Amino acid sequence: MNTSSQAIGNEQLDLAIQTGKLNLWYGTFQALFDVDLDIKQGIITSLIGPSGCGKSTFLRSINRINERLGYVRIDGSINVFGNNIYAPGVELVQVRKQIGMVFQRPNPLPISIRDNVLFGYNLHSEGKRAERSEQDDIAEDALRQVLLWDKVKDRLNSKATELSLEEQQKLCIARLLPVKPGLLLMDEPCSALDPKGTEAVEELIWELRGKYTILIVTHNMAQARRASEECIFMLMGKVVEHTATEDMFVTPGKQETADYIEGRYG
Amino acid sequence: MFETSELNIKNQRVQRLFKILFLLMTMLLIAPVLLILGTLIVKGGSVISIDFLFTSPTDGMTAGGIFPALLGTVWLVAVALLISVPLGIAAAIYLSEYAGENWFTRIINLAIINLAGVPSIVHALFGVGAFVLFFKFGTSILAASLTLAIMTLPVVIVATRESLQAVPFAFREACWNMGATRWQTIRRVVLPNAVSGILTGVILEVSRTAGETAPIMFTGAVFFTPFLPQGIFDQTMAMSLHLFVVSTQVPGVPENLPYGVALVLIAMVLIMNSLSIAFRIYLRGKKKW
Repeated sequence: MNTSSQAIGNEQLDLAIQTGKLNLWYGTFQALFDVDLDIKQGIITSLIGPSGCGKSTFLRSINRINERLGYVRIDGSINVFGNNIYAPGVELVQVRKQIGMVFQRPNPLPISIRDNVLFGYNLHSEGKRAERSEQDDIAEDALRQVLLWDKVKDRLNSKATELSLEEQQKLCIARLLPVKPGLLLMDEPCSALDPKGTEAVEELIWELRGKYTILIVTHNMAQARRASEECIFMLMGKVVEHTATEDMFVTPGKQETADYIEGRYG
Repeated sequence: MFETSELNIKNQRVQRLFKILFLLMTMLLIAPVLLILGTLIVKGGSVISIDFLFTSPTDGMTAGGIFPALLGTVWLVAVALLISVPLGIAAAIYLSEYAGENWFTRIINLAIINLAGVPSIVHALFGVGAFVLFFKFGTSILAASLTLAIMTLPVVIVATRESLQAVPFAFREACWNMGATRWQTIRRVVLPNAVSGILTGVILEVSRTAGETAPIMFTGAVFFTPFLPQGIFDQTMAMSLHLFVVSTQVPGVPENLPYGVALVLIAMVLIMNSLSIAFRIYLRGKKKW
């Protein structure tokens, strides 16, 4: 399959994710209904909606991690950078390499900071492991991108699990970067953090805008408003509205959206 | 308003009573261990010497040392471990990391539980039938160790599976989401973090294997042989069987000799157990999540 994260030349070039009539069932329970979304490349798009509206499910079907559950059935298409990721012959390892995922709870591996950053990189360069100095450069670059380098450069060999939650979450973002993913999926990346940590991680996400396409699920509407350029509102497994963030919060197009962002439910 | 009432006093008295009762039960639990150790040291301590450990029995096993039995037990345990550890760990990895929850794994789990419940004398007869006679290994270290290995396999599998499952799921999720295969995840993250638990299980297995008598009596261990084992097809003496022999089968054994044998056997087991505990503490200290 296509191993580059760039789209092959067609009109979808500026779209990172394009779904067509995406339906998803957990067993007999239908979680997504006819989701049609065009998510632009290089910007931050946030997914908001009340608990159980399907936003995390949608996120998890984009790197196909949902399938692990076994009882998930999917109908419709998801194109990432113009390639159907559900086409036969698609290599899951490539999908997960090029579509990074950040979780609600920071989940650094119980190894050193340096090994965490290089984990994914070494995973995908089996057999021809890079020189140590080259690895150092890769780790430094990734840690600089997540604004963590200055804090951890003197203790790269200490355990990642000893870092603060905020630093752990940044590290979890950093370890995705060395394999050069085009798309980063984030599932409520700040919800386990204190307000200061939230601010710092939001700042970082904003910093990464442009270099990566970012799709972020959030419960926090203020966060969606501050830290995203486009916003998708979902309700009961359906997409209600998808517009520029500013428009959604100032002049919501649908009554449900207005009710939700004003806190009348959710 | 806040004075102690009659009922309060009564309840507190009952509560103290139960606390003392439970404490007594706990003390009762330790008593046999201390009594056994005490008796063995008092009655058998006098025979223990370097010579006792490193010479052969003499005078129809009424004098001399225990070296052939000691060495035989080391052989039996080592060969049994070489068989059961790789097998048990592989099975546990499959069950914990690959197999889903279905009828097949349920049957395997049931088999493991039942295997753990089979009396050791039944294992011994199985060992005779399968390894001594059918596979024609004869009464040998190999046949005895295979029997021991099968008997202790459930211990290894259960200990390994439990320590694999103690590794947080989030680590696996992190790996899979970076595109790691199951095996890469197991090798780089799950196994290194489960190794302390696995080793504990293995060492516990050692102490159990060392003490077993029934499974080896018909399959590879002999009452007496003047020869030290040279390979896995030899017969051998063993500590547990030697203890049985000198306490019940041989006339004219001085009273302190069986106690001395028992003391060495229990010391082997206790040393292995303490090693396991020390090692576990050491590895626990190193990991943190």
